Amino acid sequence: MSEKLGSPILNISVFAAFVLVTLVVVFRVSRSNKTASDYYAAGRSFTGPQNGVAIAGDYLSAASFLGIAGAIAVNGYDGFLYSIGFLVAWLVALLLVAELLRNTGKFTMGDVLSFRMRQRPVRAAAATSTLVVSLFYLLAQMAGAGALIALLLQIPNSNTFGQGIVIAVVGLLMIVYVLVGGMKGTTWVQIIKAGLLLVGAATLVTWVLGRHAFDFSAVLGEAVEKNPSMQTPTGAVKELGERLLIPGLQYGASDLAKIDFLSLGLALVLGTAGLPHILMRFYTVPNAKEARRSVVWAIWLIGIFYLFSLVLGYGAASLVPGGAERIANAPGGTNSAAPLLAYQLGGEFMLGIISAIAFATILAVVAGLTITASASFAHDVYANVIKRGTASPDAEVRVARRTAVLVGVVAVGAGILARNQNVAFLVALAFAVAASANLPTLLYSLFWKRFNTLGALFSIYGGLTISVVLILLSPAVSGRPTSMIPSLDIAVFPLANPGLVSIPASFLLGAIGTFLGRRDEGAAARQAEMEVRALTGAGSEKAAAPKTAPLPKVMV
Amino acid sequence: MRDERTLHERVQASPEFAELRSRLRRFVFPMSAAFMLWYLAYVLMASYAPEVMGIPLLGHINVGIVVGLLQFVSTFVITGLYVRYADARLDPVAESIRTRMEGY
Repeated sequence: MSEKLGSPILNISVFAAFVLVTLVVVFRVSRSNKTASDYYAAGRSFTGPQNGVAIAGDYLSAASFLGIAGAIAVNGYDGFLYSIGFLVAWLVALLLVAELLRNTGKFTMGDVLSFRMRQRPVRAAAATSTLVVSLFYLLAQMAGAGALIALLLQIPNSNTFGQGIVIAVVGLLMIVYVLVGGMKGTTWVQIIKAGLLLVGAATLVTWVLGRHAFDFSAVLGEAVEKNPSMQTPTGAVKELGERLLIPGLQYGASDLAKIDFLSLGLALVLGTAGLPHILMRFYTVPNAKEARRSVVWAIWLIGIFYLFSLVLGYGAASLVPGGAERIANAPGGTNSAAPLLAYQLGGEFMLGIISAIAFATILAVVAGLTITASASFAHDVYANVIKRGTASPDAEVRVARRTAVLVGVVAVGAGILARNQNVAFLVALAFAVAASANLPTLLYSLFWKRFNTLGALFSIYGGLTISVVLILLSPAVSGRPTSMIPSLDIAVFPLANPGLVSIPASFLLGAIGTFLGRRDEGAAARQAEMEVRALTGAGSEKAAAPKTAPLPKVMV
Repeated sequence: MRDERTLHERVQASPEFAELRSRLRRFVFPMSAAFMLWYLAYVLMASYAPEVMGIPLLGHINVGIVVGLLQFVSTFVITGLYVRYADARLDPVAESIRTRMEGY
């Protein structure tokens, strides 16, 4: 089905303006990029609020921005449930992880996990899980880019070549940001994008509420009234109406669906604090107190944004002509809710703005993921596993830059191949793996004195293997008409999300490994150093040049 | 007798550090347990009692929307409580230990 929507030229022009502005900023801030700490951690010179905005920019990916509003428009309350898991998850980061991690580590998650363990095996394990999680997340973003292109540039899914070129342009831009700007440039791209996103969403929300005399209940009422039922893309007819306002539309009412939803909820709430690209953001501030402030800012901005999404989602169901049915069947599927709403309210121009923000979102998130993956490879694998800590910082950054190019190329290739994959499935996979492999290991090494190398290896590799294998054997991959490979049936594991099994299993394995393994050499002294450093900040990495703020010169 | 412990081990064994650790854990562990239970209760309620969630309260705003919004409120409140606690009860102790260590 083809649908004319707005003008691709206008969409591209607004996006081009964003690219131009961000490129200027990236080039300006890159002049002070010299050391490894500049490249990986922006010289630790961002303030808490700046980093908080950047975190919001990093976290509110295309899945959050387009996905949640769309899920609410089509599946009602169940979309809202998603956003709550994504928000509450930040309390884990605030209370248990952010500050201790900032004090202990230097550039990567591996720094913290390997602090008091045998360096090489634990760093290799941490890098493996960082690369797997980042790659799945990257794939999800690139797959989302394909869906967006279909909708906004009116390049149909059948035109593989056209979409491929656009994905390649996105990938190329992202490589430029990362290579030229390093962490500093990437952070500024995220800050600009988060600002645009929040202002854009706030404008739409005010507009939607204005159409309903600023009465949220009226928005809900009209959404219910205008959508008595809908025909899904597979042809089935679904009852909506009042059901839009209660849980159960998307996940269903069977016992299995209920357990599956609990599993997803657990993965969402425990995954965030294990996402390597989020953890790495805490190294860009000068100390633990600023890390705390960044999480506080992030929580407020992300929370407010999800409240906006609630209005946007029901607003789209009530205001877009054709309602939920048209949204679900538009090119780009449920992701099209926010763009369709923007077009309905503000015509071509508003659609152009929202489209540009959506592209900017993908660009910024992909840049953040690329820098994380390349840092983990260069810092954990190259410098510490291969060179055993003897590599010069210059050589390390050189390797990181080359890895970034490679990751960019892989992302473009994978993005073209994964164009029609389910974005939500890929993101949930990344969260489940992060919650299973990374979070238990992080918590044990920060809070459990006896935890040792074997325990860390058990929980990382165990959590990683169990979560990935269970996903491969789940109905998300095969056995159902909605699966990735519907023609195959190896779905022996009944849940679409493995969290309920793999997260407790990883905690258990970490404990078993610890009791089986030997005490690490000098464990008591290393543990004392880690704990004192984590709690007091004594000896933690300092800001490279505390006096120079990373603000770009005022642009003329 | 010479003290063979490292500086960090001596700091770790000091009463001041023990107090800092206990203050941190006394706040973050119960608070984490509380918000996890509250969140899981909400998820289970959404799965097993959707009819309760559907009870209308104010126009079309029902129990589910209100309880969901309360998750936002509790997240913001816990964030605020932690910042106040950390500023008043954790930072001064951490600061004093750090200053002493860097003075050695």
